[in-house]
Amino acid sequence: MSDDISDNKTNGVSRRAVLAGGTALTASLFMPKGLRAADFPTAEVNTTGLAVTDDTVTIGILHSITGTMAISETGSVQAEKLAIEQINAQGGILGRKIEYIQEDGASDWPTFAEKARKLLVNDKVASVMGCWTSASRKAVLPVFEQHNGFLYYPTFYEGLEESPNVIYTGQEATQQIIAGLDWVNQTKGAKTFYLLGSDYIWPRTSNKIARKHIENFMDGCKVVGEEYYPLGHTQFNSVINKIRLRKPDVIYAIVVGGSNVAFYKQLKAAGIDMTKEKPILLTISVTEDEIRGIGGENIDGAYACMKYFQSLENENNLAFVSAFKEMWGDDMVIGDVTQAAYLGPWLWKAAVEKAGSFDVDKVREASPGIELTSAPEGYVKVHENHHLWSKTRVGRAQADGQYEVVFETADLVEPDPFPEGYQ
Amino acid sequence: MQSSAFLSRKEMIGFALLAALIFIVFPMMLDSFRLNLFGKYLTYAFVAVGLALCWGAGGILSLGQGVFFGLGGYCMAMFLKLEASTPENTSIQSTPGIPDFMDWNQLTELPVWWQPFYSLPLALFAVVAVPVVFAFIIGVAMFTRRVGGVYFAIITQAFAAILTILIIGQQGYTGGVNGITDLRTLLGWDIRTDEAKTTLYFVNGVLLFAVLFAAQYVRKSKLGRLLIAMRDQEDRVRFSGYNVANFKIFIFCLGAAFAGIGGAMFTLQVGFMSPTLVGIVPSIEMVIFCAVGGRLSILGAVYGALLVNWAKTTFSESFPELWLFGLGGLFIAVVMLFPNGLAGVWSEKIEPRLLALLGKAPADKSAPDGAPAE
Repeated sequence: MSDDISDNKTNGVSRRAVLAGGTALTASLFMPKGLRAADFPTAEVNTTGLAVTDDTVTIGILHSITGTMAISETGSVQAEKLAIEQINAQGGILGRKIEYIQEDGASDWPTFAEKARKLLVNDKVASVMGCWTSASRKAVLPVFEQHNGFLYYPTFYEGLEESPNVIYTGQEATQQIIAGLDWVNQTKGAKTFYLLGSDYIWPRTSNKIARKHIENFMDGCKVVGEEYYPLGHTQFNSVINKIRLRKPDVIYAIVVGGSNVAFYKQLKAAGIDMTKEKPILLTISVTEDEIRGIGGENIDGAYACMKYFQSLENENNLAFVSAFKEMWGDDMVIGDVTQAAYLGPWLWKAAVEKAGSFDVDKVREASPGIELTSAPEGYVKVHENHHLWSKTRVGRAQADGQYEVVFETADLVEPDPFPEGYQ
Repeated sequence: MQSSAFLSRKEMIGFALLAALIFIVFPMMLDSFRLNLFGKYLTYAFVAVGLALCWGAGGILSLGQGVFFGLGGYCMAMFLKLEASTPENTSIQSTPGIPDFMDWNQLTELPVWWQPFYSLPLALFAVVAVPVVFAFIIGVAMFTRRVGGVYFAIITQAFAAILTILIIGQQGYTGGVNGITDLRTLLGWDIRTDEAKTTLYFVNGVLLFAVLFAAQYVRKSKLGRLLIAMRDQEDRVRFSGYNVANFKIFIFCLGAAFAGIGGAMFTLQVGFMSPTLVGIVPSIEMVIFCAVGGRLSILGAVYGALLVNWAKTTFSESFPELWLFGLGGLFIAVVMLFPNGLAGVWSEKIEPRLLALLGKAPADKSAPDGAPAE
């Protein structure tokens, strides 16, 4: 796919200017590809009764915009709306403008299931961008499979799942973990690891994979401790004492949500200076969004293993960041999941155009092999197993709340949601 | 004031209206998606009816009904999960044949206390028995020590918090935050299809009426009158020689049984169970259903559950960014303007006027069962 996300706003042209004066430009760019609605009669591109008209197609956005998860999911909603607006500015999909129906999952899993059913059964949306926590995805999954909906799920997660009705635009656990561990071992000489996390499925599965990798695939390395704390836990003094006692080379932290703030502040207060790299703090759960809550000065020097950082300096990303800030405000930060959410509408567009149809079965068939050269994280590709091939990167947290990218894998990492030898 | 018949003429009309609404009007007016939603609302009505008995009649305010709803729901979910976890369905796991979340948590065999849930009769028994036993233990511990009022409410709330933490913490055994998901069939009957959901809606309706009749029976019995007496003047009842604690334990257990049935039906209707339905917030919401409907009236409680949930769905669909304010406004308005809820509005405002219009003498103006002494 050569449709370039950044087409309509490179060269410093502001998005608004493009919207005002660029219609002719985008039309001339895109119409020759034959993507006029007239060339794709509604009866042919929509044989299953989806919400597709001669000039619009409706999709759903299903995230929590109220409740405890709202703070995390808002970025995803914003990214998805930005992508939709940009796609529409380029002429839409098969000549049709995307319209969206937004529903609030309200951080409540039954509500997610109810709203998913509403979007699929009542609104007949052609696809849904949505969900954030694994719990919400698990709640909607039976609904999507029963009504044959199509979900783009943005969050990095524990894997162990491969639904025909979901495209996972975030990384599954092995993509986020293994390269980072190898990196810290090879470049920093780290041998001993202390694993800790919040107590639910994602940190536990991730640490299981980390432990297997450390013990089975990294010579002379070992795990010296593994602990879990309830979600929302704020007293980390006992584990910090244990860490000082056992002196691990690496603290491998998968603490989430509000606990993060307490954890990093208490680490700093206990005199563990992450800028000195002894011990090294490596996390897979702190994006730029979380740093806003933690405070840059409290996490300065820690390493995070992600596929995307806001500070990536490729052209796609520079354009994405400036468009995002223009739409949503200059004080916005963009984390890993926000970028993954942004890919959703673009991947769907590419799949629909490849299939020449909005029908879910055809889009599903067309999805494996879809490539985006224009993704902010760089080139990505959809795997047979519905996850993305993507690079793993390590960033170092700065006091200003941004990450400095210190490492990236040379090649794309293959997604492997059911990793052999790690179970 | 109390008629001796099981249903007075007035109450009979009320029951008939509700039956017409649930069995005729909703199924005719709503498409299958909306009907399914109302099926979900009806499962909350079970809890609200139990609360109308405990709180409205007995004066026992429980802020932990989610516990019983959840226990009933989990018992049903465990049965359905075991049925869905056949070795064929779970062949990709390290240990096929156990629920997927156990496999993720490195369990290699089914815990002993899950074994009984292979049997549907035992699971159905547990749906009622587990909440009742739990309520009995709480009731004995609290009521025989004469813990009541606000203190009781706080303690039930603590139980809701404790159970949530327990379920989340023991994720290898309970599914943790995700809950028990991906439930498929009940004895081979696919519960995910639209037809199944519609059938479940009617099962819900029938069960709800069974529960309503049971509640009505209690209210009309001597026990019901004693409950009201206890609510208004507990000491006088005690001095009359009654063991107040036993009556309270009984009514609290009955409320728990109703909630357990509701929870089990919720699991069937929605297709999963999770700790978000057990905790403090849902428990308080359940009290709100009852308060909006009118805690003195069991029928009012049903209307309250339906109305609040319907409003929740409608507001959140129309104004995804603002709906919580609308809902909050609804509660404030009801509590400020109509302290006896919808049932109070009906019996104080609408009914006398209707009767006046019909040329009859206004009926006695008090709320059903008399207003509470506060």
